[in-house]
Amino acid sequence: MWTWTGVLFRRIGTLLLTALLGGILGATLVRFAPGFGVDERELDTRLHEDSIQALRRSHSEERNVLQFYASYLAGAARGHLGVSHSFGRPVTQLFAERLPVTLRTVALGLAGGWMLGLLLALPVVRLRGWSFDFFASSTSGVFLCLPTAVVAILFLYFRGPVALAICVVVFPRVFRYARNILVQTYALPHVLTASAKGLSTLRILLWHIFPVAAPQILALSGVTVSIALGAAIPIEVICDSPGIGQLAWQAALSRDLPVLVNMTLFVTLVTLTANSAADLATKAFETRPV
Amino acid sequence: MKLLRRTAAAFLIAVFIAVLFAGVLVPVPYAKQFRDSPNAMPSRIHLLGTDELGRDLFSRLLYGSRISLLLAPAASLLATIIAALVGGVAGYAGGWLERIALGGTDLAMSLPWLFLLLAARAVLPLNLSPAASLLITFALLGFFGWAASARVICAGARGLRDSDFVLQAKACGCSSRRVLLQQVLPNLRPALFAQFLISIPVFILTEANLGILGLGVSEPLPSWGGLLRGLENWSAVQANPARLAPLLLLLVVVSCFQLVLRQEDFAP
Repeated sequence: MWTWTGVLFRRIGTLLLTALLGGILGATLVRFAPGFGVDERELDTRLHEDSIQALRRSHSEERNVLQFYASYLAGAARGHLGVSHSFGRPVTQLFAERLPVTLRTVALGLAGGWMLGLLLALPVVRLRGWSFDFFASSTSGVFLCLPTAVVAILFLYFRGPVALAICVVVFPRVFRYARNILVQTYALPHVLTASAKGLSTLRILLWHIFPVAAPQILALSGVTVSIALGAAIPIEVICDSPGIGQLAWQAALSRDLPVLVNMTLFVTLVTLTANSAADLATKAFETRPV
Repeated sequence: MKLLRRTAAAFLIAVFIAVLFAGVLVPVPYAKQFRDSPNAMPSRIHLLGTDELGRDLFSRLLYGSRISLLLAPAASLLATIIAALVGGVAGYAGGWLERIALGGTDLAMSLPWLFLLLAARAVLPLNLSPAASLLITFALLGFFGWAASARVICAGARGLRDSDFVLQAKACGCSSRRVLLQQVLPNLRPALFAQFLISIPVFILTEANLGILGLGVSEPLPSWGGLLRGLENWSAVQANPARLAPLLLLLVVVSCFQLVLRQEDFAP
């Protein structure tokens, strides 16, 4: 119990530290971008010199990345994530509007991708015929070789749901990985013995295949979250879905530092949490009493 | 399977030769505009037709393939060199250096790659010259694509650190630098070569994604990403299905890479 608590605390500490470093990385990238700190309102000839100076002063705090980041973290601790320059609205509001859209599509896409990947992988190892394996492997191979943005364009034309586009990006990875692990597991001596003794397919799957293959397959779950979040950017941009992928794209183009820093922190936290959860689940599975 | 892999390898070699001799195969420059025949259908003069600006699509496809197929290995080489430096030194040295390096790779891998590339590419000036955009796009791929390879190399170097021949070399009084350069690095060569080859199709696909989003190689230079942007004009694609040629070529080339580079061949 104590070991698990220690592992959990160490994980959370590493996760927070990595996320903070990710935020600094994002802030530094934007700070040194050409055009950073330039406000187009400064070109308005109707503004008085004092107003222009006030505008410049409002950006001066952001010029020092560490100072900006420290004040950002202090604000974040009080629930203020800053105000977006390009949208002119609080980042909290933007996230509250867009986050549910992305979370829903990513969750649906992940669920669909995992289901499809596993549903294709299981018959491949059960049937053992080359025809289904060839069909499933070549179908997933084609989708593996398609850039995500092309998938998005195809879904835009055929008016497919955004979640399905993410599913199409995720499932080939799940299928390929799960297929290879299941093929290896089915070839293990104890599974062959169980088969020879006449155990039912379901019993072999649940009692002899699943406990061996599950930890390895679970390890992929964290990676697929990162893949799905990465895929959400081009898919939301091209399919005009108002999620945080589209927000990230717009913020990157308009060098919107507050949005980008929040986005970097959020994406880092989500992917690291997913990876840590997958690691812990794998460890728990491996160390469970038999 | 062997036959399939050989066919894939032969196809890749044929494509590489074709793109190297693009100038001989297509006498029309990729940027030349035939202003009296925009959106032309395939003909003897224009094998795949022309785009909306009247540029020969076959010429653009061959030159674009040359850029993508020659610069993706260059980016892959850059990523592999960084991975060898970070992973090799960290794995060999161990201790806090390894922990810092692994923390860095964790950080790099925790952010979706496309998000990092978007942020980095977007912070650069958008009005770059085509040649500069070309170099920057592939340099960014190289600079951000090392993390996964570094982890593999680090694990390999860690294994070598405790091997008998390295211990013997140390016992004989060889300096750490000498052991690293003469014992560890040569033994990491197969892993480095595998990571180099595996990264090529990944970089080709990433360049295509960036190009479609408008942050890849700038016009008038063609690249697969830029050519695939043409798919956004679906009515033009329906009118001239030959416009799907870049997508088909990309699909076939990346599939051939996947076929030729089976992971199990690189397993120790």
